[in-house]
Amino acid sequence: MKFSRVIYLLLPVLMFVAQFGKAQEEDLLSMIEEDPVTEYVKASFKTNRVINLHSLESTAPGVLDFKISHRFGYINGGFYDIFGLDGATIRLGLDYGITDRLTVGGGRSSLQKTYDGYLKYKLLRQSSGAVNMPITLAVFGSTAIQTLKWSNPDRENYFTSRLFYTFQCIIGRKFSESFSMQLSPTLVHRNLVKTKLEKNDVFGLGTAARIKLSKRVALNGEYIYILPNQLASPYQNGISLGFDIETGGHVFQLHFTNSASMIEKGFFTENTGDWTKGDIHFGFNVSRVFTVKRQKLVD
Amino acid sequence: MTRILIATLFLSLQFYGYGQKYFTKSGTISFFSKTDLENIDAASKSAVCVLDAATGKMEWSVLIKGFQFEKALMQEHFNENYMESDKFPKAIFKGTIQNFNKININTNGKHKVMVDGDLTIHGVTKKISSAGTLEIKDGKILTASDFDITISDYGISIPNLVKDNIAKVLKIKVSGTLESLKS
Repeated sequence: MKFSRVIYLLLPVLMFVAQFGKAQEEDLLSMIEEDPVTEYVKASFKTNRVINLHSLESTAPGVLDFKISHRFGYINGGFYDIFGLDGATIRLGLDYGITDRLTVGGGRSSLQKTYDGYLKYKLLRQSSGAVNMPITLAVFGSTAIQTLKWSNPDRENYFTSRLFYTFQCIIGRKFSESFSMQLSPTLVHRNLVKTKLEKNDVFGLGTAARIKLSKRVALNGEYIYILPNQLASPYQNGISLGFDIETGGHVFQLHFTNSASMIEKGFFTENTGDWTKGDIHFGFNVSRVFTVKRQKLVD
Repeated sequence: MTRILIATLFLSLQFYGYGQKYFTKSGTISFFSKTDLENIDAASKSAVCVLDAATGKMEWSVLIKGFQFEKALMQEHFNENYMESDKFPKAIFKGTIQNFNKININTNGKHKVMVDGDLTIHGVTKKISSAGTLEIKDGKILTASDFDITISDYGISIPNLVKDNIAKVLKIKVSGTLESLKS
């Protein structure tokens, strides 16, 4: 009798197991355990610049990105200067993705006839899945060479006086499909400064954020804070606001900024535009990408 | 009493022994868009497929982000703008091979088959029917099929600016070598 009681107790359990087996039958895919994959977060920003600042994005491997950037004059020039459109400073630049992580680039700015070259390397990449990484961390280094005629040709001038170096960390995260943010602690080293009051090494913190308004349009903001007692007055922290508009192979970035320079040493240390006085430049960056080396499809 | 025991055991065991399953985790799915302006090619080599040899039921699943393109920007636009792969991470097919019971899966041979089922892409499910082949070879099942899908059927909109670069109908190729699943 005892044995039969055990059977009666077990019966519902066995039935349940049988039912469970049947339910599994209906979804074949659930029988396969999926291999965990690491999913790297993509498209935190539309391109490798936010406005002036480098974004945490690198250029895709094998892709050449040709950048044409303009900053017009101050819009407070009024109708006489057609709100700044009469005067423009230009930077023509190229960025190339060597690997997923490493980008190299350079450009030439009309402002102070400056050449610049940079390397950017992603140390950490935000990801989920097999590897969970909450942030992206990139390191950035650039050299700029100003090639204006010497302002004081009579004295002994050194080539090294033309050089500027920038070291930057870019720490960022794509918080959601539509919101990304980054911090860029930065050091700009200037070999030659105008007066003793100015520091050769200037520390600043760049902050930038993006809000995606639609699949192809995003709103960007940037604030560049310079730690006090490093630069001679008047200097201003950088404030920029703009839109990214993406159309196939192009990204158009239209913005308002108080910085005329489009390279780090300029918009960190030589910024004098005051938003409250209308010292605002309208400007744009146009990015056109060319696939130089095609990625291999799986064979 | 013993009979109850046997009946119960039989009832539950039936479900375990019932129907050999075949599977792969490395199926290939590729698609091709051809227009006068541009050809677009993409492939994933990590599609999952399970086939129930008792019923002929077949299911496929592929991660949208797993598709590789020749051009990085295309891959980004594919995920960001068209497939919205954060919202709809997978494409899934659940269907049945017609007249599967007529195929002897224990002997080598190649068979032409028709597969009917539901294809879910970008959150939209459509009935599709496609011809394919099923080759039984030394205990493995090689599957292959080609079919076309119309992009607009799956709620994927292509903006005017690039509508000449992307074909309205995509050619899809699916293949996989299924091995028996030991449970």
